[in-house]
Amino acid sequence: MSPAPKLLEVDDLRVKFLTEDGMLTAVDGVSFELDTGEVLAIVGESGCGKSVTSQTMMGLTRSPNARIEGSVKYKSEELLDAPDEVLHRIRGEELAMIFQDPISALNPVYKVGAQIVEAIQAHEDVSDEIAKRRATELMAEVGIPDPARRVDEYPHEFSGGMRQRAMIAMALALEPNVLIADEPTTALDVTIQAQILRLLKRLNEDRGLAVIMVTHDLGVVADIADRVLVMYAGRVVESGSLDQIFYDPQHPYTWGLIGSITRLDRPPTHRLAQIKGQPPSLIGLPAGCHFRPRCPHAFDRCTEPPGLEVRGGGAGHEDRCWLSAEKKKTLRVVEGDIGLEAPAA
Amino acid sequence: MIFVLFAISVIVFLIFNVIPNGSPALRICGKNCNAALLHQIKIDFGFNDPIYVQYFTMMKQIFTGTLVSYNSQLNVLDQIKQGIPITFSLCIGAVFIWMTFAVFLGYVSAIKPGSFRDRAITVVTAIGISMPSFFLGALLLYYLTSKTSIFPPGGYVGFLSNPLDWAYHLILPWFTLAFLFIGIYCRLLRSNMLDVMNEDYVRTARAKGLTERQVRIRHVLRNSMVPIVTLFGLDVGALIGGGAIIIEFVYNLPGVGDYAATSISNLDLPPIMAITLFGAFFIVLFNAFVDIAYAYLDPRVRLGESAEGAV
Amino acid sequence: MSAQEAAAKAGVATGQDGQGEALLEITNLVKHFPIKSGIFFDREVGAVRAVDDVSLSVHEGETVGLVGESGCGKSTLCRTVVKLLAPTSGSIRFEGAELAGLGRRDMRPHRRQMQMIFQDPYASLNPRKRVGQIVGEPLKLHKMASGAQLKRQVQELLVRVGLGAEHYNRFPHEFSGGQRQRIGIARALALRPKLIIADEPVSALDVSIQAQIINLLDDLQDEFKLTYVFVAHDLGVVRHVADRVAVMYLGKIVEIGPASDVYENPIHPYTVSLLSAVPIPDPRANRDRQQVMLEGDVPSPANPPSACRFHTRCPRATDICSEVEPELIEHRPDHWAACHHPYNVGGGPKVEVVPGAKDNGS
Repeated sequence: MSPAPKLLEVDDLRVKFLTEDGMLTAVDGVSFELDTGEVLAIVGESGCGKSVTSQTMMGLTRSPNARIEGSVKYKSEELLDAPDEVLHRIRGEELAMIFQDPISALNPVYKVGAQIVEAIQAHEDVSDEIAKRRATELMAEVGIPDPARRVDEYPHEFSGGMRQRAMIAMALALEPNVLIADEPTTALDVTIQAQILRLLKRLNEDRGLAVIMVTHDLGVVADIADRVLVMYAGRVVESGSLDQIFYDPQHPYTWGLIGSITRLDRPPTHRLAQIKGQPPSLIGLPAGCHFRPRCPHAFDRCTEPPGLEVRGGGAGHEDRCWLSAEKKKTLRVVEGDIGLEAPAA
Repeated sequence: MIFVLFAISVIVFLIFNVIPNGSPALRICGKNCNAALLHQIKIDFGFNDPIYVQYFTMMKQIFTGTLVSYNSQLNVLDQIKQGIPITFSLCIGAVFIWMTFAVFLGYVSAIKPGSFRDRAITVVTAIGISMPSFFLGALLLYYLTSKTSIFPPGGYVGFLSNPLDWAYHLILPWFTLAFLFIGIYCRLLRSNMLDVMNEDYVRTARAKGLTERQVRIRHVLRNSMVPIVTLFGLDVGALIGGGAIIIEFVYNLPGVGDYAATSISNLDLPPIMAITLFGAFFIVLFNAFVDIAYAYLDPRVRLGESAEGAV
Repeated sequence: MSAQEAAAKAGVATGQDGQGEALLEITNLVKHFPIKSGIFFDREVGAVRAVDDVSLSVHEGETVGLVGESGCGKSTLCRTVVKLLAPTSGSIRFEGAELAGLGRRDMRPHRRQMQMIFQDPYASLNPRKRVGQIVGEPLKLHKMASGAQLKRQVQELLVRVGLGAEHYNRFPHEFSGGQRQRIGIARALALRPKLIIADEPVSALDVSIQAQIINLLDDLQDEFKLTYVFVAHDLGVVRHVADRVAVMYLGKIVEIGPASDVYENPIHPYTVSLLSAVPIPDPRANRDRQQVMLEGDVPSPANPPSACRFHTRCPRATDICSEVEPELIEHRPDHWAACHHPYNVGGGPKVEVVPGAKDNGS
């Protein structure tokens, strides 16, 4: 365990939404830490709470029906109930965020350069010319060709990949320490996604920028992450280093995820191992392990909610599954690969 | 544009030739009518000619400025010219008042939806939309000019002769006309703002560290105004074109709308035709202005450019 | 190239020699969308060349995967083949009959045999109709069943795709994305077609649901003797389902061949870059790969580059690439590519961007 102070500490974060049908629990006690310069991937499918978690950390969950509890500390400073001035400073200068759909994440009526300038001038008292020059330099740094011309163009004149680069330039304008990337490449073509991931890796290495990458794509995780959190139905079900998660997964949901992905380098020798059923409704979740209804290995202890602890994995590798370490090792191998259940014939 | 005006003129003309008791010949003839006189009138005015000849004659008269009313022998275009400054004064003031109030009230109610002030504003705007303007006008006239003499009871004073008096006479008409529009625009802005507040780029603006106020004005309000501007252009076009008939009538302002009201009650076709075309012209003109303004406000719609983007 | 030569080429590029006539034979298909502009009158100022001379054969029982990024024309190709869009030129032969010039009425008997599954399970089902109506409508239209018999057939279909017979009376909004996609599949199956064209059927679904739908499509193919054209941008999914793969770029097929060969020994530089760009969900394999990365953006299909469309982004481009359009050449048995400087053939450089089938690390 590193003795350096943690950049971000999230402790028992809970986010619920009051809806017509009842209380919807989007985030159900999520805790994790982020070190300086670390790339943390939060992976899960839709509805698992990963986006709500990342947005709540930035204070962007503002619905009047939201009930937020827990703590999010940046360099030991609490963010969740911080006064507005603190939030406005931290957003942009310390924590920055980029979103999934670059088409809608930029205001269509303002020029791209002007939006970057706006980010700069919201925090620093600089003249328009200086700010615009910085915006142009930032755009060059993220790989936008001909930045001097493009700084005066509108978002709809940029392609998807260029827009996302512009968003990254805007996020970096004030040299933050953490970049939260909420599914930044999901809406992009795969060759463009590769460029963006490469850019993020370079920024991480050159500037020591810590990145929280929220994604549903295990390939992206394998490409960029140092550590991984796997989320399901509002909870972190497994957390560990990249190699631990991929090569020694401890939670049945992780097995199911890994088993059900199609791979480029695998000829189809057998049916895909699938997870039966659907992701659960987040209203009125049953007590106990949230994955129990879909887990073929559930047993009586699973009605008791498992805590997130180190069990069968190595140091720093936590999971939420009551199965014994030995059982996990045998159960997770299905037809020679990691998977959740023996596929039907 | 030209085609639209042409179509309107044809339709109006045809309508008037189909209305029962609309026979202009009888009206011109007056009370002491007899067959011979009627016959003579029909020949003089060309009422026996085929319909398209009558139509073209009237169009020619409009464009050469020689169109004359059936009832009063007055030149229609002169009458319209006299009415323009009055209608214009009425519209300008009302527009200014309604936009100021609508934007302010719309903004304020959208920021705290569901709050007391939002609900109060909703009630007021609902009244504004549903209350007929002649009724409001009558109320105001009664309470503010008749029972008390805070304001003058109608009539118009030229701007050049006495600007203060001009405004003094127009205050009640301005407010009466504006009240309806404040209601409509306030609600429209409020609903646009509530939609825009959920847009992704507003979230990005917040994530950049802008203050809430900066987010609201630069991103939410700015983007919400775009549909407002388009509607505004159309409404102003219609008003200038003589749409404020009721207000002018109630407040005794001899503008273009008032002239239209009188002509309609007399079924006097030439002025009606001329004013209709006048109104249509302004609407089409303002339509074009609105298109240009829209392209300025929303760069995605720049004229003549094909859109970028993947197929 | 004449239509005959193209047909011969397309016919040979099948991987299934001696099969006789193909089930679906697309020859020199072109679909352009005109771009109109003007203040008073719309003049055609250009065209989006969405599908620009594509030839492809699909044989009975096989699954042909169609991959490419946005703007490559794969979706337009699908819609043009089933005549949802009218082709600009070219030939579409289905079961030997020419479809290209047919009107709606004449298309109807052929439509029985070719059906489509769409990408967006939320947009492709009419929200105001019940599931039973949606799935039963094709049967009604083609007068294949009615009344109680219709209902029974529909319910059997619903069960077969993994839903319940009682779902007959429900509305689409009551279902999840994966379930709606099952409804779409049931609708496509209703007429017992021979060919199903699936346009990104799993792209909008979560990974664990994708696996369910892929397995379902696999089972149905065996049971109903279906032929698939499977369009996807996810190369992993295509590897899993396809027998042969065609790679499209800006309206043209740049490479086509047996799936294993295309993935393990890609020939066209675009295919190589595309495969390089897909991250493998296996950290060690990912780290150890050879990668050929592309710079820049995909050009617009309204204004494609001259000659070889890929030359603006190609790491191996030379002068000839911007002057002479490369033709599809059979570099290996049944493996065709259109490139002046191919990889993995003859004396060219060897590239293996996808580590060959290996055991994983567990």
